[in-house]
Amino acid sequence: MARQARWWQWLGLLAALALLCALPFALSNYRTFQFTLALVYAIVLLGLNILTGYNGQISLGHGAFYAIGAYTAAILMDKFGVPYWATVPLAGAVCLVFGFLFGLPALRLHGHYLALATFALAVAMPQILKYKGIEEWTGGVQGIVILKPDPPAGVALNQDQWLYLLTLAVAVVMFVLAWNLIHSRVGRAWMALRDHPIAAEAMGINSALYKASAFGISALYTGVAGALGAIVVQFVAPDSFTGVLSINFLIGLVIGGLASISGAVWGALFIQFVPNIADHISKAAPWAIYGIFMIAFAYAMPTGVAGFLRLAWSRTARRTAGARAQA
Amino acid sequence: MEALLHQVLSGLATGGIYASLALALVMIYRSTNHINFAQGEMAMFSTYLAWTLIDAGVSWWLVFLMTVGASFVAGMAIERLLIRPVEHAPLLTVVIVFIGLLVIFNSVAGWIYSYTIKSFPSPFPAEPVFGGLMSAHELGAIGVTLVVLLLLYLFFQFTPLGLAMRAVAQNPASSRLAGIRVGWMLALGWGLAAAIGAVAGMMVAPVIYLDPNMMSGVLLYAFAAALMGGIDSPGGAVAGGFIVGVVENVMGAFVIGTELKLTVALLVIIGVLLVRPSGLFGKVFVTRV
Repeated sequence: MARQARWWQWLGLLAALALLCALPFALSNYRTFQFTLALVYAIVLLGLNILTGYNGQISLGHGAFYAIGAYTAAILMDKFGVPYWATVPLAGAVCLVFGFLFGLPALRLHGHYLALATFALAVAMPQILKYKGIEEWTGGVQGIVILKPDPPAGVALNQDQWLYLLTLAVAVVMFVLAWNLIHSRVGRAWMALRDHPIAAEAMGINSALYKASAFGISALYTGVAGALGAIVVQFVAPDSFTGVLSINFLIGLVIGGLASISGAVWGALFIQFVPNIADHISKAAPWAIYGIFMIAFAYAMPTGVAGFLRLAWSRTARRTAGARAQA
Repeated sequence: MEALLHQVLSGLATGGIYASLALALVMIYRSTNHINFAQGEMAMFSTYLAWTLIDAGVSWWLVFLMTVGASFVAGMAIERLLIRPVEHAPLLTVVIVFIGLLVIFNSVAGWIYSYTIKSFPSPFPAEPVFGGLMSAHELGAIGVTLVVLLLLYLFFQFTPLGLAMRAVAQNPASSRLAGIRVGWMLALGWGLAAAIGAVAGMMVAPVIYLDPNMMSGVLLYAFAAALMGGIDSPGGAVAGGFIVGVVENVMGAFVIGTELKLTVALLVIIGVLLVRPSGLFGKVFVTRV
């Protein structure tokens, strides 16, 4: 029974992956671009989930790490001529260091206090990026324009399709890594610290190290996504990375489902496409419609889309098991 | 020296407004452990309501009373209709409902009243007081904040209803056993918070003008003030509000200029929180294993 369920899961996963690979060949370039961004957000939400979902530290500041990743990629390409694909891991590494360092003072703060501290980081980021002293690199208010990369020679894809598939490949790697990490010793330590910090410490888990490392890893994911986002959008500017971006990430996280790996995908689809749908419904007050969608999702699925699906799945599984037992 | 005094006094005036809104946040936090992110937009909407009434020719203080009353009722209605269904949902899901409310209020205000900036009259005379150190409006705003604080203090300390609300905040289960209607007390808390927010909105609007996004900055400062004072302490929220107002103004005028004002104010607050993680006047909780 359990083995059968596992089989179905693998089959479903493979089918979803095949569908994702086929998407850019069925859609227009603009739609492909939108889905590429959704994948980028999924990577961010996965990182945010590691911190907030699995380690219990609320962050309203991931827009800042996203900005650092995006700017790292843009500056490396623009000033140092680094090839675009190499900027992605470098941006991740830079964010890992920043995240770890920010995680150290954040250790003292909990709950709402941590949310405020991280939100301060997000609010401060555009102003820091506009700062005159670093304008030479960041381009100040104007930002930096990046050229859209061509697919490697001999690959018969257009630029949008190539970027989509590249992002998809990175996303798949990041998801597999996250899955392994969560189901390892480290992941269990994170969850133990979330559920009962004192008991976890008594068991010998180094709270400071693990919490700061959760911050670091989470920032790494966000940085990788930021770099990809910059390449996809071909432009970075301070005002793209306001506090609203961070709040949107939180919305995606909660609506997708906390402490769930697949939740990152649902959340990303929500923050990428629901504002568009809202805009179609009402041109006059699109944000009101977006707000109604948010509240409706919160009512209908309090544990997020992933939590809802898990519940529905276990219900049907129980029902079929019951039917089989009767027969 | 005089310039410094001037900045400190006007910091106290804006601080008073942060304090009122911070007080509204604390009201809801104490009874439900939620921080209402929509508090600022609710206050903004109340202020628009006041503007409509003033525009129709009603006198200022009458409008003030009507707006506060209407906001009180609306606050209670929001709690009963929208927040009650997610009472037992995870904390972050409730936060999402708050953010949803925030964008709805913001967007609907923009839709009804447009995004153009409107001026909002002050009930206080235009001439400055204290030999030009302060405008009468600034002094009046401080006075109104202090009156609101005093009224709240009297309400919570000396009325049976206030006592019931404090009991619910401290221990909902026992309060229910003692015959207090917990649900209505929570709704009352929301109503009071909305009314206090309306006061803050009407006091700040003559200074920063009326537009749907007027409260985003104010809410952030109020949030910071509430946390700095200790999120469960009304007195602390007011003190935090005044401190944040003065720090923001003095730093903005003399140290770093207005551009980085918000950033630096937030950094100062985080600095304080790193030293005292539960805020200046907050209760330090000791957890038992």
